[in-house]
Amino acid sequence: MDYFVLVIAAIFVNNIVLAQYLGNCPFIGTSKDSGVAIGMGLAVVFVGTMAAGITWCVQKFLLGPNDLAYLQTICFILVIAALVQFVEMFLKKVIPPLYKSLGIFLPLITTNCAVLGIAIICQREGFTFIETILFSIASGVGFLLALVVLAGIRERLDLARVPVSLKGTPLALILAGLMSLAFFAFKGMAS
Amino acid sequence: MITASVLVLLGIGFTAAVILAVASKLLYVYEDPRISQVENVLAGANCGGCGFPGCAAAAQGVIDGKAGATVCVIGGDEVATNVAAIMGLEFSSMEKQIAFVDCTGGTRAEETYEYDGVKDCRAQSLLYNGNKMCPEGCLGYGTCVTACQFGAIEMGPDGYPVVDPELCTACGGCAQVCPRGVITIWGTSARIAHLNLETDCLAPCRQRCPGQINIPRYIEQVSRKDYAGALETIRERIPMPLSIGRVCPHPCEGVCRRMHVDESIGINMIKRFVADWEMNSGQRLPIPCSPSNGRKVAVIGGGPAGISCAYFLRRLGYSPTIFESMPKLGGQLRYGIPEYRLPKAVLDWEIQGILDLGIDVEYEKYFGKDFTLDSLKEDGYEAVFLGIGAWMNMTLRIDGEESIGCETGTEFLTKVGLGVDTGIGKKVVVIGGGNTAIDAARSSVRLGAHVTLMYRRTRDEMPANLEEIIGAEEENVNYLFLAAPSRVVSDDNGKVTHMEYIKMALGEPDDSGRRRPVPIEGSETLIEADTIYTAIGQKPELSCLYDDTGNCQLNETKWRTLDAHPDTLQTALPHVFTGGDMHTGPSLVITALGEGRKAARSIHQYLTDGEPHYSSKLQREMIPYTIFTDVPDVGIRAKAKMPHLIECDERTCSFEEIEGAISETETKEETCRCLRCGLTCYNRDMVEGQECTAEDCVKTP
Ligand SMILES: Cc1cc2nc3c(=O)[nH]c(=O)nc-3n(C[C@H](O)[C@H](O)[C@H](O)COP(=O)(O)OP(=O)(O)OC[C@H]3O[C@@H](n4cnc5c(N)ncnc54)[C@H](O)[C@@H]3O)c2cc1C
Repeated sequence: MDYFVLVIAAIFVNNIVLAQYLGNCPFIGTSKDSGVAIGMGLAVVFVGTMAAGITWCVQKFLLGPNDLAYLQTICFILVIAALVQFVEMFLKKVIPPLYKSLGIFLPLITTNCAVLGIAIICQREGFTFIETILFSIASGVGFLLALVVLAGIRERLDLARVPVSLKGTPLALILAGLMSLAFFAFKGMAS
Repeated sequence: MITASVLVLLGIGFTAAVILAVASKLLYVYEDPRISQVENVLAGANCGGCGFPGCAAAAQGVIDGKAGATVCVIGGDEVATNVAAIMGLEFSSMEKQIAFVDCTGGTRAEETYEYDGVKDCRAQSLLYNGNKMCPEGCLGYGTCVTACQFGAIEMGPDGYPVVDPELCTACGGCAQVCPRGVITIWGTSARIAHLNLETDCLAPCRQRCPGQINIPRYIEQVSRKDYAGALETIRERIPMPLSIGRVCPHPCEGVCRRMHVDESIGINMIKRFVADWEMNSGQRLPIPCSPSNGRKVAVIGGGPAGISCAYFLRRLGYSPTIFESMPKLGGQLRYGIPEYRLPKAVLDWEIQGILDLGIDVEYEKYFGKDFTLDSLKEDGYEAVFLGIGAWMNMTLRIDGEESIGCETGTEFLTKVGLGVDTGIGKKVVVIGGGNTAIDAARSSVRLGAHVTLMYRRTRDEMPANLEEIIGAEEENVNYLFLAAPSRVVSDDNGKVTHMEYIKMALGEPDDSGRRRPVPIEGSETLIEADTIYTAIGQKPELSCLYDDTGNCQLNETKWRTLDAHPDTLQTALPHVFTGGDMHTGPSLVITALGEGRKAARSIHQYLTDGEPHYSSKLQREMIPYTIFTDVPDVGIRAKAKMPHLIECDERTCSFEEIEGAISETETKEETCRCLRCGLTCYNRDMVEGQECTAEDCVKTP
């Protein structure tokens, strides 16, 4: 039951973009087309989960025992960057079809704060390994959901007459704000 | 503490580096090094304007051959040059492409229903294919304008999009969103190789013209005084506006919609005006050609068909050589059509301009004697165009035809064209009712003879152009209708003295729809004559196709012309193409020019793709729903008169050109008469039947 609440909270209540405002850059940048949005969202789920898992180990076995918690952020960045590079090479060699569909998004994720955010939140909340994995998958799905919804809206808006000054990013930001307000309705359902 | 942190970070960094190094060794996948090279020279904006997701994907696309060096839509020429350098291509071999709007209707096209939905062409198109009467034209909601990332398209005042050529990057975004296919991305080569499609915006004149010239477009350009632009439009379809402006019987004018209001537009007069404007300016306009690719194509016959084929091949980048049996080029334009209709100086100036593009000519080389298809192949010609015209005369098949003084009209005209002695007498009888007969008659008049033109049907059935028939009447050519030659009478020396003919009456209509003449028994009559010219039809001389053993790999039709595919003009031998009179039988100059282009297009496709291809939507017949007999809401405007340079009495003793060009003001007024038709739309400018002048011309900015 706890796990269920954890998942629901991560997807809706504490949605990584709409409630925590992490990962706004790819949220605006890759939400013009729903195909691209799905690709990007899946890549975040994938990388986010792996990153959270590995950083959990780093924290548990390296930083925690040696009293080096203050190095958390910088270490995580380093580890995640290396991980993404590795995953990219690995996919290219071993699963070329997956690389073809996710490949172009992987480099974009290296510097994605949503991924780093997930890893750090897991530490802050003191999750166990299982919880960490579940939470990061759910957070990724939350990102995917927000991204796809926004892309769908933006595709519709392509057909609308939009004042020139609001075309593109300005309108996307307004939309993101409205979506964020809508997600506030989940506040309090779980924490 | 500092030492510890530094050590830990170094440790993690080092471990990561080692893992990655090992991984890059173990997991190495070969990648074309050019991909990263290309990616480095691209603009790097990851804008997606090229249609690929980001620059890396675009670079991959270039390597995979999915995109050309011009892939980067914001990088401009510099980036394209760099990419081309990496790919080992010549950048100059890529021509500038641009979005081209093929709709002139826009708001002029009538609407079939009220539309209140989303203001988007795609959305509207889903509803009964859109509300416009015209099934192909612009819907006018400007979806292309929204789609353009470069601000290069705007909705023009007439309700159809206007492209700014400076800003357009040919990215294709607009063409992709247009549900009507009104916008195409193409460069000169693609335009040259385009054949009329039923989905194009084809005004009736454009459908009718055998040369498929974009008539409304060049008339509009002339009306804006963009004479150079108009010539470029014409030259995308035919290479000889000067000659056509003089000799064309302008079938286009016969389907002009204005005909149902007052008179058709003087289309050919306008063409002649711009062509003369260029010649009189003394300077040739540049004609854009693709850089030479060095591939050799042989063009046999230097008539209009051959010249046109060579010209378009050259513009598409090939190196054509014309093989001509006569000492000069031009075919029937030079050796048939007389000086007073098309001065040789004009023809020479025009042909020189075409040859200057880089076309070689071998004069006095007779196909079948001096060279053959096999010898051409040995000499490295990859394809052959055969356009030797129709130079063999039909005979009368009557007694005495071989008498001295009895000759064919074309032989006589060729002698006149060559400037040699014709041996013409004082009393000339010309037999036939076509253009050749009239040209022979009118040329004879100029050489001081008394001329009778004998035709077996009546004036109404004469196949010659009406202007020509009237011209001959004005020059005192006697017509003898309903008369067929039956015998040539000669004296003891074998010289012609009389012609015997039999009177005819018109009977039932035959296959051609004309009433068949039937002889009246016992009505034989003699007419005095010392020279007889026969002009009863020509056909191609195909004997040159046969080798010594009487074999020929090509096929003849039942009309004794060379058989070929009607749309590709490819013959039974895949590398041999034909066109002009040799393929159609005696026809028009504009038909020959049109076929020359068609053949050049097929040769281009044959040499690049292995075989010529064509769309299933080719427009061949007039499109029925575009033919109107009622053209409401158009004011009356008087048509310009074709001026005559010399008057009748002078004309009969001089070969000087008769018809002149209309003035610039008259041309302007004539262009204002044009209704700028599309498939169904046209300019409704004035209250029906009201008189108006050029000042009322609402079509010019
Ligand atoms: C007297 C006359 C008047 C006409 N008036 C008009 C008119 O007013 N308007 C109009 O539109 N049309 C007119 N026409 C028709 C028009 O001229 C022809 O349709 C047109 O010229 C056909 O072009 P072509 O290139 O197919 O053939 P041609 O013009 O006949 O050219 C064929 C060329 O091939 C060359 N050739 C022939 N045999 C060989 C060989 N074995 N080897 C090498 N070269 C060879 C010839 O020398 C010639 O140069 C007229 C025709 C004639 C005869």
